Amino acid sequence: MNIKSDLPQGTLDLLILKIVALGPVHGYAIAQRLQQVSRDVVQVPQGSLYPALHRLENRGLLAADWKETETGREAKFYRLTRKGRAQLEAETASWGRLAEAVGLILRLSEGGAE
Amino acid sequence: MSWWKRLWRRKQMEEQLERELRFHREQYTADLVERGRDPEEARREARLVLGGLDQAKEECRDASGTRWLEDLWRDFRYALRTLGQRRGFTAVALVTLALGAGATTVIFTVLDGVLLKPMPYPDPDRLVDVHGHADDRYGDQYLSYPDFLDIQHASRSLDLAAWFFNPGTLSGSGEPEYVDEFQVSSNFFSVFGMPVYRGRAFLPEEDKAGGAPVAILGYSLWKRKFGANPAVLGATVTLDEARYTVVGVAAEGFRINDDEPDLYTSLGESTYPILKRRGPHPLGGIGRLRPGATLGQAQTELALLGRDLAEKYPDTNQGRRFVADRLKPDVGDVGSTLWLLLGAVSLVLLIACVNIASLLLARAVARERELAMRVALGAGRGRLVRQCLTESAVLGIAGGALGVALAAVGIRPFVAFWPGSLPRAQEIQLDWRVLLFAVAVSLAGGFLFGLAPALRLPTGHLERALRAGARTPAGSSRRWHGGFVIAEIALAVVLLVSAGMLGRTLMHVAALDPGVNVHSVVISRVALAPSTLADPTRARVAWQEALERARAVPGVESAAIVDTVPMREGHNELDYFTSAAVPADRRGPVALATSVSPDYAKVMGLRLRAGRFFDERDRSGSEPVIVIDDVLAHHAFEGGNAVGQRLWIPDMGPKAGAFLVIGVVGHVRYWGLAGDDQNKLRDQLYYPFAQLNDIFVRRWSELMSIAVRTSVPPLGVVSSLRHELRGSTGDQVLYEVRTLEQLASATLDRQRFVALMFGIFAGLALLLACIGIYGVLAYLTGRRVPEIGLRMALGATARDVVGMVLRQSLGMILSGVGLGAAGAWVAGRVLERTVEGMQPTEPLTVMLMIAFLLAAALTASFLPARRAGRIDPMRALREE
Repeated sequence: MNIKSDLPQGTLDLLILKIVALGPVHGYAIAQRLQQVSRDVVQVPQGSLYPALHRLENRGLLAADWKETETGREAKFYRLTRKGRAQLEAETASWGRLAEAVGLILRLSEGGAE
Repeated sequence: MSWWKRLWRRKQMEEQLERELRFHREQYTADLVERGRDPEEARREARLVLGGLDQAKEECRDASGTRWLEDLWRDFRYALRTLGQRRGFTAVALVTLALGAGATTVIFTVLDGVLLKPMPYPDPDRLVDVHGHADDRYGDQYLSYPDFLDIQHASRSLDLAAWFFNPGTLSGSGEPEYVDEFQVSSNFFSVFGMPVYRGRAFLPEEDKAGGAPVAILGYSLWKRKFGANPAVLGATVTLDEARYTVVGVAAEGFRINDDEPDLYTSLGESTYPILKRRGPHPLGGIGRLRPGATLGQAQTELALLGRDLAEKYPDTNQGRRFVADRLKPDVGDVGSTLWLLLGAVSLVLLIACVNIASLLLARAVARERELAMRVALGAGRGRLVRQCLTESAVLGIAGGALGVALAAVGIRPFVAFWPGSLPRAQEIQLDWRVLLFAVAVSLAGGFLFGLAPALRLPTGHLERALRAGARTPAGSSRRWHGGFVIAEIALAVVLLVSAGMLGRTLMHVAALDPGVNVHSVVISRVALAPSTLADPTRARVAWQEALERARAVPGVESAAIVDTVPMREGHNELDYFTSAAVPADRRGPVALATSVSPDYAKVMGLRLRAGRFFDERDRSGSEPVIVIDDVLAHHAFEGGNAVGQRLWIPDMGPKAGAFLVIGVVGHVRYWGLAGDDQNKLRDQLYYPFAQLNDIFVRRWSELMSIAVRTSVPPLGVVSSLRHELRGSTGDQVLYEVRTLEQLASATLDRQRFVALMFGIFAGLALLLACIGIYGVLAYLTGRRVPEIGLRMALGATARDVVGMVLRQSLGMILSGVGLGAAGAWVAGRVLERTVEGMQPTEPLTVMLMIAFLLAAALTASFLPARRAGRIDPMRALREE
């Protein structure tokens, strides 16, 4: 499944922020978790995930450190900055409003349009 | 991480990116293996599912936000590499640019120092020049001392200071020396904002009649005369027989109107008689706006004060206003010359840029296939344009840097070479303003010559460009090249014709008759012994003695004294009338009046047209006589016999009366060889110093020069003259010693200098234009080799081919000449307004210069044409 065609613009950033908010995590784990939590609906290819991570890091929403995983390998762990948390809250709220609005429109009965 | 840090640690960032992505892939593979897949197959699936590693990396790099800088860096290195590969092209381009930018920078540096830099005082924009303005023909004037005191006292918006220039003889320690003394008000140094270097400034109580006589030394005089000895404070110096206690040393480099005063004394205690009167206006005024005051307020206030003074003192102040202007450096007419040279040198720079543009374009056309290939592979057009511009900007900056280096070496010789002394020469330096200018010029140049190749990058027709190879110039490229040649030729024509006209002007004016025999004459100012100055009789005796002693010097044939030396040294104009009925306003035709001793005509070699020159009979008390020149004779008596007629000259003393014309002499080109014809003041009259009214003797004695005709090389008599003319008290000083030949030649220096500069620029322009034509034609014919081969195979002879190439070149050259001729006409108008004595543009010179250019341009075209004529048709066709 191609994330780019199915997720609205900016949604991937929001999802990444949400996952990272649960605790420091490396890129692969983010992809895994997105896939698990969404029951395989959201599958993010490398070519989208990492540019998004780097963009968020550059904007100061994420910070990163190199740490060891449980298996003893070095990986780049991302964590949320204070700015990132604020952003996450703002975007979650606006996403909620948007979803509600879209839902309202879609629930219009077809007969009502006449 | 900030962007520059990311850029700085690019290598580390790349490494981490690689590690991060590899970790992801390996983890994915490991998970698959854990679920029981074969490791080999797991790796294959990971590659398939996760996509290309490089693509992901590229996208991450894009996300980092430093992409443009990395591209710039890459373009920069690419540009260096390509320029390094084509050494010949790069060398030609760099030398061309360095010369153009260097010459432009030199001229700009001078222009900046002389015209643009603020005055070297603290807060110069708060300083104003305060002067009087009379509604009659005298126009702007300085201030009278009583007016100055009134204004200084009343003004609320200005702190006003004044100076009075009163050179005198400094004696006491060592050789007596004639020095520039400035009598200044006590607030003079504080108004300029230039505290004294040592000691103190004048006190208000010293700025009054009867105050303790004190002096402040100029920094240079202090170093030169007193060996920079601090103990000079408290010592006594003698100036014109008055003794002063030194209380201070002025700041180093403190200049007024580009002069560094040698000595300052207090204006208030000066006994100089004209300072007591409201009529004469000898004081320079300088004001500093008080905090919060504006220039407009100061002007309004001065206007009001002027009106009050005019009401109070109608005799002297009727029609006099007082004006405040921003203080500007007084640089005379140097400004127009500098702008003219900057204009000319910019044309050379422009030609250099056009030249490089055409070279770059030729390369771009040759690289068309490469560029088309890159577009086909997905390079954006903007990206390629940027790359082209980076390349030319690198070239531009490198050329500019070389140019600045050249300018740094060349600036001092140029300033030294400037005829006469350049005002504010000490402020001419390569500084950040100049560097900014050089960078701007070279970047602009870079974009100028990079634009053409960039604009004709392949857009559509990719497949055509890819298929065509390097051999068929698209029509647009030939048009561009033709445009370049036309532009170069046009610019060269402008410079060549201007140089030609300047050369002709120089020849014309140098051949003019100065009206005096300029050879073997020495002229020197004489400062009479201070003790003789005050008394008219003693001054006259001193002059008489000086003349007799001068005549006794071996090698001196004759000697005379004169107040206004030909070639515009000094200037006294008087109204004259041909009848006793002088109108009330005393306004009549004006003549340049010169006071002389009898031998003046002999010394100068004046040509006597009628009557006689002065002799011993024309004394004080005998009938007042004058000698006039033929121009005045023509104006006043319309060709009739002037000798024996009378002229009325009311301003020549209180007993204004009639003057008998005893002789007519030939006109002297007083305003210099070049300037005299255009000057309004051409009538000349001479009167004997012996008959000068006593009240003028002191002032005149301060202005007189002695002129001697020699039978030996003139400068050879100077030291004995200096020795003989010491006077009985030993403190009579000669200064400003020059030969008349030097003076006459100096009046042409400006013209000679401008002509020489234009000559150099025109030569450079011609050379560059020829190189340009050669390059363009060699390139164009090179691209037409197959076509020419075909023509020759079909029967065209070598002559036909040469003719064809030359015709093509001639077409471009002639268009350029046409455009250039129009430009030259405009340039001629500009020159006529800025260069004195400039002859109007005249067809013969224009034709001559154009013929010269045509010959050079056709020679440059002939080489590629001949090469085209020698093309072997078989080889050419086989190459296709």
